[in-house]
Amino acid sequence: MRAVVAVIGKDTVGILAKVSGICAEYRANVMDVTQTIMQDLFAMTMLIEISKLTIDYIDFAEKLKAAGTEMNLQVHVMHEDIFNSMHKI
Amino acid sequence: MAMLNTGDILETIKMIQEENLDIRTITMGISLIDCIDSDIDRACDKIYEKMMRRAENLVKTGEDIEKQYGIPIINKRISVTPIAIVAAATKQSPVKFAKTLQRVAEGTGVNYIGGYSALVHKGFSAGDKELIESIPEALAETTNVCSSVNVGSTKAGINMDAVAMMGKIIRQASEKTKNDHCFGAAKIVVFCNAPEDNPFMAGAFHGVGEYDTEINVGVSGPGVVRAALSKHPDANISEIADVIKKTAFKITRMGQLVGTEASKRLGVPFGIVDLSLAPTPAVGDSVAHILEEIGLESCGAHGTTACLALLNDAVKKGGVMASSHVGGLSGAFIPVSEDAGMIDAVNRGALTLEKLEAMTAVCSVGLDMIVVPGDTSADTISAIIADEAAIGMVNSKTTAVRVIPAIGMKEGETLEFGGLFGSGPVMKVSGFSASKFISRGGRIPAPLQSLKN
Repeated sequence: MRAVVAVIGKDTVGILAKVSGICAEYRANVMDVTQTIMQDLFAMTMLIEISKLTIDYIDFAEKLKAAGTEMNLQVHVMHEDIFNSMHKI
Repeated sequence: MAMLNTGDILETIKMIQEENLDIRTITMGISLIDCIDSDIDRACDKIYEKMMRRAENLVKTGEDIEKQYGIPIINKRISVTPIAIVAAATKQSPVKFAKTLQRVAEGTGVNYIGGYSALVHKGFSAGDKELIESIPEALAETTNVCSSVNVGSTKAGINMDAVAMMGKIIRQASEKTKNDHCFGAAKIVVFCNAPEDNPFMAGAFHGVGEYDTEINVGVSGPGVVRAALSKHPDANISEIADVIKKTAFKITRMGQLVGTEASKRLGVPFGIVDLSLAPTPAVGDSVAHILEEIGLESCGAHGTTACLALLNDAVKKGGVMASSHVGGLSGAFIPVSEDAGMIDAVNRGALTLEKLEAMTAVCSVGLDMIVVPGDTSADTISAIIADEAAIGMVNSKTTAVRVIPAIGMKEGETLEFGGLFGSGPVMKVSGFSASKFISRGGRIPAPLQSLKN
């Protein structure tokens, strides 16, 4: 199972390190990362493999969101199927 | 990535965060046919047992899906077999069934149960009149039960005896709940051509041709459509229709995903996606604002019917391809009290009952959540129902009436409901009487389906 992590907010040092650190801690394998700056907004999307997670998916999502709040960033963790179904025929 | 486009991901997040995209409801339809018993207490016990068993995990499953996909699912609800069918064998007042449904609502945590209903489009069978007469009491004594009555259809015509009854019933329901914002009347829908798989309240019931238990999903997203249109300020109408179709496609795909996932997790067949634009009083979640975005100074202006026809059709065209099974009401809803733009349009004098009636000829439902003066007679309410049913009957579409006589209030005042139900300006109704017409009784014959002009 794969999920998408989207991080949106003001660019600051260490965002990628922080998010990927949490992924590593709970055994979520980062498969791909893209990041862009839109206007002055930082947007990073990450595709992660979550079938070997060591904690419950929902708790994992909460951890990422909490880390985002600490850095003043919005973090969304959503199952990849939502994007596949909405944007692909 | 074998993957997803960052733009698509951010667009989805924006739709949910800023444009109020959500799944409006997951509704579990449950048949009560196998709970019929001539002993009313035994029938109620069977109903309670079956519904609690089937819907035990409905709310939890909805919440789990919400968290996994990051999509808000606003309501979890249940629809049941029209209670008139279940109650007929008991030959007693069916209010006990309403109270049983209320206990199920509390036990399962769903916010509404629909199906305190009767289907009388041609005539009354055993149990129908008793059920209809008990509606005001049933709705006053419960909080989470909804009622609907189908009084007409394209194939059967309009049952004018039922239409006459419903005017009185709606008034009584309002009077019995006058200390509670006349809310009884807001939980009654009078239909023509009622769909049997509608997941939306207050008109949801579980038809007899459906699965024993099924999952139906209602999507929403007026805010998303408006936001999409606002990015095309100079588009012509063909392009506008295209933008709406593409947006409706995305919204409906989300509904399809949630519906199939819920059905899999609950072990219950997936019924349909109802691809409706259902507004809420929240800022940015209004169907009226979409019409205004297309180019009207105010909803209700000349041109409103045409814009709504375009919107309604484009939503269906986009949605149909996105889902394996589409059903329910499917289209744009135009409730007054639940739509900030509609409320404003009424208050500024741009939107009248007559215009709303015309709009119902081209949109999904009918005269919905409309507050009328407290002294509106039962016959006038019946006549409003008859007009609306005639539009549905002749055009082979669903129409419905949900009007609330605001007891003790006059035109220009506002009845506050609160929450998802919003507030309703008391609207002007014609002061001329239709009593003679309503008192005649009988049936309007089914209309011709050819020679259509």
